[in-house]
This record gives sequence, C-alpha cells and structure tokens, in this order.
Amino acid sequence: MSVREELLRGIIRENPTFRLVLGICPTLAVTTSLANALGMGLAATFVLLGSNAAISLLRGFIPARVRIPAFIVIISTFVTVIDLLMAAFVPGLHSALGIFIPLIVVNCIIMGRAEAFASKAPVGAAVIDALGMGIGFTASLSLIGSVRELFGTGTLLGFSVPVLAESPVIIMILPPGAFLTMGLLLGLINYISQKRGP
Amino acid sequence: MELLALFFSVMIVNNFILAKFLGLCPFFGVSRDLRSAACMGAAVTFVMTAASAVTWAVNDHVLIPFGVMYLQTIVFILVIATLVQFVELVIKKLSPMLQRVMGIYLPLITTNCAVLGVCLLNIKQQMSLSEAIVHGFGGGLGFALVICMMAGIRERLEMSRVPLAMQGVPICFITGCLMALTFFGFQGLFAG
Repeated sequence: MSVREELLRGIIRENPTFRLVLGICPTLAVTTSLANALGMGLAATFVLLGSNAAISLLRGFIPARVRIPAFIVIISTFVTVIDLLMAAFVPGLHSALGIFIPLIVVNCIIMGRAEAFASKAPVGAAVIDALGMGIGFTASLSLIGSVRELFGTGTLLGFSVPVLAESPVIIMILPPGAFLTMGLLLGLINYISQKRGP
Repeated sequence: MELLALFFSVMIVNNFILAKFLGLCPFFGVSRDLRSAACMGAAVTFVMTAASAVTWAVNDHVLIPFGVMYLQTIVFILVIATLVQFVELVIKKLSPMLQRVMGIYLPLITTNCAVLGVCLLNIKQQMSLSEAIVHGFGGGLGFALVICMMAGIRERLEMSRVPLAMQGVPICFITGCLMALTFFGFQGLFAG
C-alpha cells in the first residue's frame, strides 16, 4: 500500500471518529469551539505519533504477555510530556481542555493503534499510520467544533459570523448539543455512503 | 449534609456521562441489553469507589511528599490497572456468582475514562478522603443509572422504525441528546 493510500485510510475510510466511533469522550467534551477542537486533535496526534513510533521500535523487546501495561506506560509518558508542554506554552488552551489532556491516556484510538498496528509494523509504517489517524481525528473534531461554535455562539475561531451571530442557539455548546451534532453528522455520513453504494 | 449534597449532585446534576462526557465508550458499547448494562454499571461503581480511595491515598502519601506530582497520570493509570486486576482475582476466589456478573466487564474498566476521570477530578478539586469516596460512589451510581436507562430505551428502539441512515449508532447519539436535555432540567438542584 502506498504512503498516500495509507494516509487516506486513517483520514477517510477508517476515520477514527465517524467510521470506527472510537474516542468519543474528548470528541464530545472539548468541541465547544473550533480552537479547542484543534488543540485536542493536535495533542492527541502528538501522543499517537510518539507512542506508535516508540512501540514499533520496541516491538522486539516487549514480551507479549506484558504488552498492555508496557503500552500504557509508553502512552502515558507522551501524555505527560504534552500536558507539561501545553501548561507551559499555551496555558489558556491547557485550562480549557482540563482533565481531557491526561485522559488522552485512556483514549481508545491510541491504544487501538498500538495494539492493532504499531506492535506489528516497522517504524516508518507506524508513523504514517499515526499521522493518518491523527489527521483524521483532528479533522473530525474540527468539523464537530465548527458546527457547534457556528450555531452555538455565532462565531468561528472567535470571529463573529453575520446572520448566525444574531440569535445563537445556546444548546449547541451545552452537553445535549454535542450528542445532537455527533448523531446528525454520523447519520449524514451514513446517508452519503449509502447513496454512493458500498 | 454536605456529603449528601455532593452525592446527589455528582449522581444526577453533574452526571458523568451526560454532563461531563466521561465513560462514553461503554455507554454506547455495552448498552445493548439491560442485563449487561446493569452488570457494567455495578462493576464501574465498585471500581470508581475503590479507585477514588486508593489514588487519593497514593497522591497524598506518595506523590506530594516526594514532590513528583507530574507523575500523576502515569501512576494513576497503573494503580487503576493493578486495582482492577486485584479485584478480578479476589472476586474469582470469593464468589463465582459475582464473577459471572462482573467478570468480563472488569478488564474493560481499566480504559474507562470515568474511572481515571474521577481520580483526577478528586485531586483537581482538592477533595478530602471522604469527599473523594462519595464522589466516586455517587459518580458510579449515576453512570449505572444512565447506562441502564439507555439500555432500556435501546431495547425498545429495536422494535421501532428508524430511517436507514440513522440506524445503529446515530440514533443512540440522538437518544443521548434527549437524555442529556432531560437531565439538564436538574441543573441548579443540590448546588454543592
């Protein structure tokens, strides 16, 4: 499989959010605005890249029986790194994302990729896989974040959008709006793929 | 009295699933029938309560005295993973009945973000030991309540006619939206 195909697989065909429906907790919790969604997506991508690369390099050393605890330690090391980096350089975003940064540890996407792909593949392929999945995750989060920010506050990245800004639908940035947006987007994607045929 | 307010607040008003978005994977994954949802709820409640107590103690007696607070994430996830294994062993030894009920759900709980979430929140909100335990227990019961409600609704959804594109997961999210909206009505109660 070519590099381009491999990348597109994570972004479209096996999109972690809309296709596999993995890692929904951060997807719904931090997507109140596009900026938060981007921040979360990039943080998760960083962890995914680091953990996939490290696990792929160490795949010959980690005994199969203790692989899950070993993966958890590797993943949480990278999470701690990004947590401290964000606290130092982007404190505003860090406090907006709150406990969802340390919770990247239990994000099923990262564990899933480690177990299903990185532990069996050479380092180059594992990095490309992480990049594809990370971009796919960031893109889906941004999509949900844009929809919620546009309708919930009438702004996009903080800039006011005409017409929508006049009467924002507050419910979209509250918890019920997250479920609603996600449900409708999933339905829309199903509808499109059913129309186009398998 | 304050503990009671905290208990109801975390169970209903600030529900872990519907208001804080923690533990959504089992919420959608294990809510297909009422029985397994109830078992999952029981197992999560138990582990959340125990993990709250243990991680609070680890934080207070190990991490703070040695000044290694930055290791919180790594230490907590390892403590939870060990705790879950330990509980599994104890249950296997003591009660085959309980093992049958909670058995297959226990390994799944390690990666349930509600468990790690409650531990991190306990520390972040600077709770005392008793508050942390009540927080974990109330949060777990709230989780069990909501996942059972969802399972009940999903059993009925099987019978109803859902548009083709919305079948399966999408309609569950819409159901979740309506439940979150309902629970939103409790906002302001038990302010604690």
